[in-house]
Amino acid sequence: MSKANLLDRRAVVSHLLKDRNGAIAVGGLGASTYDIAAAGDDDRNFYLWGGMGGAVMIGLGLALAQPKLPVIVITGDGEMLMGLGSLATVGVQKPANLSIVVLDNEAYGETGGQVSHTAASVDLVGVARACGISDSRAIATMAEVEAFAASLKEASRGPRFANAKIDGANLERVLSNRDGTFIVNRLRGSLGHQPI
Amino acid sequence: MHARTETASDSQPAWPEEIFSTLQRFDVRQVPYVPDAGHSQLIERVLGSSTMRGIPLTTEEEGVALLLGAWAGGQRGVLLMQSSGVGNCINMLSLTQVFRFPFLTLVTMRGEWGEFNPWQVPMGSNTQAAFELCGVKVLRATHPEEVREVVEAGAAQAYNAATPTAVLLSQRLIGAKVFVK
Repeated sequence: MSKANLLDRRAVVSHLLKDRNGAIAVGGLGASTYDIAAAGDDDRNFYLWGGMGGAVMIGLGLALAQPKLPVIVITGDGEMLMGLGSLATVGVQKPANLSIVVLDNEAYGETGGQVSHTAASVDLVGVARACGISDSRAIATMAEVEAFAASLKEASRGPRFANAKIDGANLERVLSNRDGTFIVNRLRGSLGHQPI
Repeated sequence: MHARTETASDSQPAWPEEIFSTLQRFDVRQVPYVPDAGHSQLIERVLGSSTMRGIPLTTEEEGVALLLGAWAGGQRGVLLMQSSGVGNCINMLSLTQVFRFPFLTLVTMRGEWGEFNPWQVPMGSNTQAAFELCGVKVLRATHPEEVREVVEAGAAQAYNAATPTAVLLSQRLIGAKVFVK
């Protein structure tokens, strides 16, 4: 069901994380974590291999703790659908340094490509806007990706939300670290915090 | 058993204030919560605090993920919820095992000690077991005079030893909710 006019997920993520200006990137369970790993390992990459529905909330906790750093949550439509309430919670807190990007292939790619609610009826941009995230946009072209990439590296004028329609290709997995204590302590170390 | 006192300020118990002081001492900064009458006094103190940020949630599992993010960013947090919300957290509690981060939650109990509402009983009866199955240590405070030291112990083992900990605040302590027409 790959369509020619849809975006390539790896190209989207590598553009978003290029010249990242110290940004912290949270990758949602599934292919989004592989996309972030494919763009290049980094002390400030926070890879998730579980906790489905939690990516945006982890990003919110980080954004509130580090208000001067850009925090970018990159996740899939299935993971976002499981945590829709977290958009409402972000809309109340309105952290200026938080950006959320959904890579929307309208399917659960990790589990056999079953269609998700976004294929049928759900408009995630509309949901985000209705939750109080006024800078919510649909992304359909690489030019729009570039424009969004520039804005999300500022730690201001957020929160912002973007839904990028990507093609349904199942790409080769790029396996990131999956040891949570390593991932969290590496990130904390890069922020000047010690392990306990 | 005693009935829950409502809002009269002269009859407010002292233990919520003791919890607030303990959280301040441990430099807790992010306080996600799903409202509960038993936590209302503490939530008001948090929302009025200049050092803590009260963060209302749509469901309790959001708070587990939020506290991981807070810790990753260098801040401590505590999740406030009632016993029925513990069931909503089960899969997200995996994060406490995988990331071994200082997870502390304070849970007001329903479904015990003179409960009126049968819908509270199943989850209230299984709250402690559910936590323990998920690898979270459980402490309990039943009497007002022990709240301070139990919360203090819970905070110490959570923040100093990164031991995921839940402190259950008994319905006997809070007072059973009274339903009248």
